[in-house]
Amino acid sequence: MSDATLPAATAPARRDGSRARGESRFVQFVLIAVSLAFLLLFLLLPLVTVFVEAAARGWEAYRAAITEPDAQAAIRLTLIVAAIAVPFNTVVGIAAAWAIAKFEFRGKNLLISLLDLPFSVSPVISGLVFVLLFGAQGYFGPWLQAHGVSIIFALPGLILATVFVTFPFVARELIPHMQSLGSADEEAALTLGASPWRVFFTITLPNVKWSLFYGILLCNARAMGEFGAVAVVSGKIRGETNTMPLHVEILYNEYMGPAAFAVASLLAGLALVTLVLKTLLEWHYGDAIAASRRH
Amino acid sequence: MTRPAFRRLLRAGLVLGAFTICFGVVAGARAQSIELLNVSYDPTRELYRDINAAFLADWNAKHPDRKITTIRQSHGGSGAQARTVIDGLNADVVTLALAGDIDAVAERSKKLPLDWQKRLPDNSSPYTSTIVFLVRKGNPKAVKDWGDLVKPGIQVITPNPKTSGGARWNYLAAWAYAEKAFNKDDAKVRDYIAKLLGNVPVLDTGARGATTTFTQRGIGDVLLAWENEAFLAQDEFGKDKFDIVVPSLSILAEPPVALVDGNVDAKKTREAAQAYLEFLYTPKAQAIIAKNHYRPRNTEAADPKDLALFPKLELVTIDKDFGGWAKAQPTHFGDGGTFDQLYKPAR
Repeated sequence: MSDATLPAATAPARRDGSRARGESRFVQFVLIAVSLAFLLLFLLLPLVTVFVEAAARGWEAYRAAITEPDAQAAIRLTLIVAAIAVPFNTVVGIAAAWAIAKFEFRGKNLLISLLDLPFSVSPVISGLVFVLLFGAQGYFGPWLQAHGVSIIFALPGLILATVFVTFPFVARELIPHMQSLGSADEEAALTLGASPWRVFFTITLPNVKWSLFYGILLCNARAMGEFGAVAVVSGKIRGETNTMPLHVEILYNEYMGPAAFAVASLLAGLALVTLVLKTLLEWHYGDAIAASRRH
Repeated sequence: MTRPAFRRLLRAGLVLGAFTICFGVVAGARAQSIELLNVSYDPTRELYRDINAAFLADWNAKHPDRKITTIRQSHGGSGAQARTVIDGLNADVVTLALAGDIDAVAERSKKLPLDWQKRLPDNSSPYTSTIVFLVRKGNPKAVKDWGDLVKPGIQVITPNPKTSGGARWNYLAAWAYAEKAFNKDDAKVRDYIAKLLGNVPVLDTGARGATTTFTQRGIGDVLLAWENEAFLAQDEFGKDKFDIVVPSLSILAEPPVALVDGNVDAKKTREAAQAYLEFLYTPKAQAIIAKNHYRPRNTEAADPKDLALFPKLELVTIDKDFGGWAKAQPTHFGDGGTFDQLYKPAR
């Protein structure tokens, strides 16, 4: 792979740079101290609080909070939504990234901007859009009702909102990486007579697998953690359309702080797993991911 | 990792995904017997948890052939909950904070008749409540009555009347006090309300959000609260944290209940849903209502200890003093109503 030479080329340069700026040791120290203090105060402290509060009433209370039927339903629902939204966004994200990175066509820039739309729109709006489309007073509402199909305040609505909000993650990770790789490998394979599918599965996909994995990871984390958009389309029916983040809020509002934090600790645990996987990925395949970071 | 390893990972992911989907479908198909959905407002969470358990036992003993498996609950600000039912939330019954919100459901969704409030006794309100003040222990700011709320430096916590039913009762109770205190001088009443709203640092969307802002986040000097919500906060946090202040005058709040005909007919749950609402008027349910600090209509089975907690105070009513919700809603809370005219968010 061509990017294997990358770290070798950049690492010595970086080392020289820091030596040349030897006099700014102090600045370096201050910068590190400031970022570390910030991380401790704003990231680590809240995270620790979640686990401390969750454990406040002991293991039995923790277990009871998580095994309570409404909590179980919320966990199951969150997993179902993620299990549908993430693979869907993976497939569509790969398709979009492929189209953008490897082909030239009219409206490509528009497509790139549209890809980012879910990031720039407030999640509340993302949820309301679906209410306006599929709600009882919405454009398709009366038809859906007449045919006994429920989308809003049911599983399909939750999936739609989650798909919308998490759509950009996979494509956003893949596009720069694919672009940086160019299409020389693919063109060579095509001239040697490989079918487009074979080119895709033996060259394009393996080349970007780590960026892809990284994108899926982020997509999944957000799919399970999304609050705003999901809150709008959920209807908050306990045991039915309540996802884990919504359940946390409900418990907190019912003066069940420790139970709320117990469920929150599951979400925080998920975030930690994501973080560890991400760090491992960067550690082992830093070069490939670094390539995808060069915009 | 090598390419086969990556493939294995991919395959494992697909299998896991497929498994989860199947699990979801199976779980969905299992629930076949009667299920009711009660869409309610914020502070009734604890009340309906108790009511639902009692009703399930009652119904399932009488109807072993048609058991109700679950009564699902959805809670939020009353206005916001009405909105979700209008947008299609499949509620069998709505139990909201005020008649105006159920009127909105009837008008916009056309799923229940406009005269729904005449279908059950007592204006379809099986329980009533009123608005009181919750203050920090020892009442450090010496808040005694509505007049004290407009003093400079007092922070008042109340939810947003646009989304919360409780907030609308709060607002009207304050309005009724001002009309009495200023002898119906409209300019002075408006001035009082504007000053009161000027002392409100945040407007939560629902009563429960406002209560947590006051009790758990420690913001504000006085919380305008449902009586039941104030008692609940005392029960939860201990009497050594908060005091209840009963003002000289307040409003009789009638939170009504109604069957959503369009939904129960589609779901074929009319009989169970109707029985559920009628159950609220039985002595057994009325005792549970008193236990949860709502004022019961029928006190015969209620625990006298629960009843003794309710203070006696002068109560105005929405129908006599404000011409009913049909008039009060647009005048005060509609677009451009008195709330819009008088509320200027703190800078």
